[in-house]
Amino acid sequence: MVSLFWLPTVAVVEVSWSRSRSDLLLPAMMGSCEARLQESLTSSYSEWIVEALEDLPGDLNFLITDPYIAGHPIVFASRGFLSMSGFSREEVVGRNGRMFQGPDTDRRSVMEIREAIREERGMKISLLNYRKDGTPHWILFQLCPVFVKGDGRLVHFVSVQVPIPRRRSCFARPALRERVVFGACRNEVRSDLEFRSCLPFDSYEDSDNRGLEGEERREAGDREKQKAMEGTNEILLKLIHYSKLTGRVVCGKRCSPVPGIAPLCSSLCTSLGRIKQSFVLTDPHLPDMPIVYASDAFLSLTGYCRDEVLGRNCRFLRGPCTDVGTSQQIKDSIRAENACTVRILNYRKDGTLFWNLLHISPVRNSSGKIAFFVGVQTDEGFENDKHALSPAIWQLGAVGAVKVAVRSLSSGVGPSSRSSS
Amino acid sequence: MLTIKRVPTVLSNYQEDAAGCGRNCLGNCCLPVSKLPLYAFRSEVRSPTTTAPHGELPADFFLNTLILGQWEGRMSRGLFRYDVTASETKVIPGKHGFAAQLNEGRHLKKRPTEFRVDRVLQPFDANKFNFTKVGQEEVLFRFEAGEDKACFFESASVDGSIPPNVVAINVSPIEYGHVLLIPRVLECLPQRIDPESFSLALHMAAEAGSPYFRVGYNSLGAFATINHLHFQAYYFGMPFPVEKAPTQTISIVKSITNNCVKVSRLLEYPVRALVYEGGISLKELADVVTKACICLQENNIPFNVLISDCGRKIFLFPQCYAEKQALGEVSQELLDTQVNPAVWEISGHMVLKRRKDYDEATEDYAWRLLAEVSLSEERFQEVKSYIFEATLMAEAEAPAADTNPKEEIAAQSITAMSPAPFPDGCLVLQ
Repeated sequence: MVSLFWLPTVAVVEVSWSRSRSDLLLPAMMGSCEARLQESLTSSYSEWIVEALEDLPGDLNFLITDPYIAGHPIVFASRGFLSMSGFSREEVVGRNGRMFQGPDTDRRSVMEIREAIREERGMKISLLNYRKDGTPHWILFQLCPVFVKGDGRLVHFVSVQVPIPRRRSCFARPALRERVVFGACRNEVRSDLEFRSCLPFDSYEDSDNRGLEGEERREAGDREKQKAMEGTNEILLKLIHYSKLTGRVVCGKRCSPVPGIAPLCSSLCTSLGRIKQSFVLTDPHLPDMPIVYASDAFLSLTGYCRDEVLGRNCRFLRGPCTDVGTSQQIKDSIRAENACTVRILNYRKDGTLFWNLLHISPVRNSSGKIAFFVGVQTDEGFENDKHALSPAIWQLGAVGAVKVAVRSLSSGVGPSSRSSS
Repeated sequence: MLTIKRVPTVLSNYQEDAAGCGRNCLGNCCLPVSKLPLYAFRSEVRSPTTTAPHGELPADFFLNTLILGQWEGRMSRGLFRYDVTASETKVIPGKHGFAAQLNEGRHLKKRPTEFRVDRVLQPFDANKFNFTKVGQEEVLFRFEAGEDKACFFESASVDGSIPPNVVAINVSPIEYGHVLLIPRVLECLPQRIDPESFSLALHMAAEAGSPYFRVGYNSLGAFATINHLHFQAYYFGMPFPVEKAPTQTISIVKSITNNCVKVSRLLEYPVRALVYEGGISLKELADVVTKACICLQENNIPFNVLISDCGRKIFLFPQCYAEKQALGEVSQELLDTQVNPAVWEISGHMVLKRRKDYDEATEDYAWRLLAEVSLSEERFQEVKSYIFEATLMAEAEAPAADTNPKEEIAAQSITAMSPAPFPDGCLVLQ
């Protein structure tokens, strides 16, 4: 699968830590990252979901991705997918689907998938992907968003991939007899007696296909389309079934949006997830201006987990030694809708102090109205290697990236477009 | 001599005062003894399409942070004529998704000026405004070729050894991050594509590494305002309609040229254009497009260039709107909206100056405007043949899908363009 959740990004540079600090923190961060990938599925569909997905037919090639985790990573890869692509599970989970693109992948198709993801809608397209050994192969890529039935919030994307076999002509339909013969000679699919799997979908193993596949554009036929659709339905049924155990039932079609506090849409989260600096977004239209987004770097810096900060006002970072005047200064600039930079003494969850070079700025949406305030934190006490960018530029770079991401939102046609008026 | 009257876009705060120096400018008096931030890009860049088989970005793509951070800094210093993020933007309903922006501040308080539009190449005129007169506070950084890894110096002397390329803000931005790339500013080059400068612009697009950061070029006669070599670029977080339009590959006889650049024709779009992509290296792609641009310049054909998809894809639009306008062939209704169809408008991002036009903007309007920009089919074929000759390419066979429909190719490009809508039925599972 390809994916391109490439909204205006900022540098793909690691979070800045001094060496001593990174040595301490990196394993912990990585650990929490893995945990987050696992929880992505289990929190929505109970702890039995992985086993249930493994029970799906072995020739069903699919991935599940989580747009709310930074980098929009793959959180599940089916056995069929792994055998088709040649990657191991460890090599795939946690990575972005763009890893399967290669030099001859059509850029326009890539853009179409990126747009579908941004707009949180389903789509299908013929696509040239690459296996681990570097050989290209044509697939029918079918993308399907998964929503929570209650609040219409997107949770995951399922992408089913059906290999497209080489045909003599795009338009000639092989006779049924021919199909059966072809299907029957394929050992690896014979075990499954369903009609679908008798078809030569897994022809990627055919030696005559190797190396040739990339040359000519292949369009999916009715069989591939049917297989992709049936596969998508099967996966959705599993997800729906197991989501009932968690009390938050999912569905494949967005239900009407629920009034009240709408969560940030996935495309905004995807683009924000790419911004490596420590920052939070707060919503000035909600009572007490709560945090509605916190970056991974913010959580590492402050030691809180996401659930502990979302919905709260930023003042929990202050403590007895925090200067009241500085807090007032922040309040005043927010009221005046101005940007400001202050040096403020903040507290981590464990009670330790740090001098925070804090920059706050209003962020406008495509209607030109203030949708959020962004606060970018820099821990003054730590050396960093940001390619020699000064902390100020680094910080303002995050502000710019947030502004570009928010501004590209509600003018989009996405159904979940957020506007704050 | 053909001229049109138009309100010039103010690109710099120094554009209107004709005063001499006396401050830190980009001229020979100040620049050579100045220190500026310097971004040195990897000079040996492989083509973006051939890097990293598995699509990962190199870890040193930080040009975005630099541009955005510096730009935001200039914004907080109040150097822009207006806050572009406070202007309204919408997608015009319809199949193509043209974007419209209401920007009432961009052309405020300016009187129309006469512009000559029948000469694509005009000599540099030191008496007119040019970028050497810009104050250094409008400069974000220098952009130079470096070694095999991108790097940044907060403050580097501008010594005489390398002619400095600078990236400056556009004080009348169309969108966030709108900047100008001015190659070898001290050499006072007129608005004219040369191999080195075009390659520099392509490097900037590739280095930024975001599909939403596009680089554009307007020739004289195609709505460039200032005759001092410059490219423009900005961030826009959704695809331009032109990027969504289907293309049809033009078959090239391989024996004539040994390069791997793919040339296509833009389909289902109001402006006829050629699309270049691929190539074994960024240089190969740059060389072909440069030759095409030089050919247009020398044949006095105004044109616009859009560098899209991180430098992987380049659109070349020969155009004739200004000429039509000068000859009185454009309808008053279109002229009334005062939209100057430069590269961004042609790509589908319309900046409108009047609330009424913004509120009433339709896809039909955008289409009609852009249709006036396009060369006629006959003229386009002629221009295409000049370009092919100049780039040492020969078409494999008579093309013209319109007149000689090749069912398969046509069918393929159409399917490629419009993926079947996702059947709702299969998703309703409750």
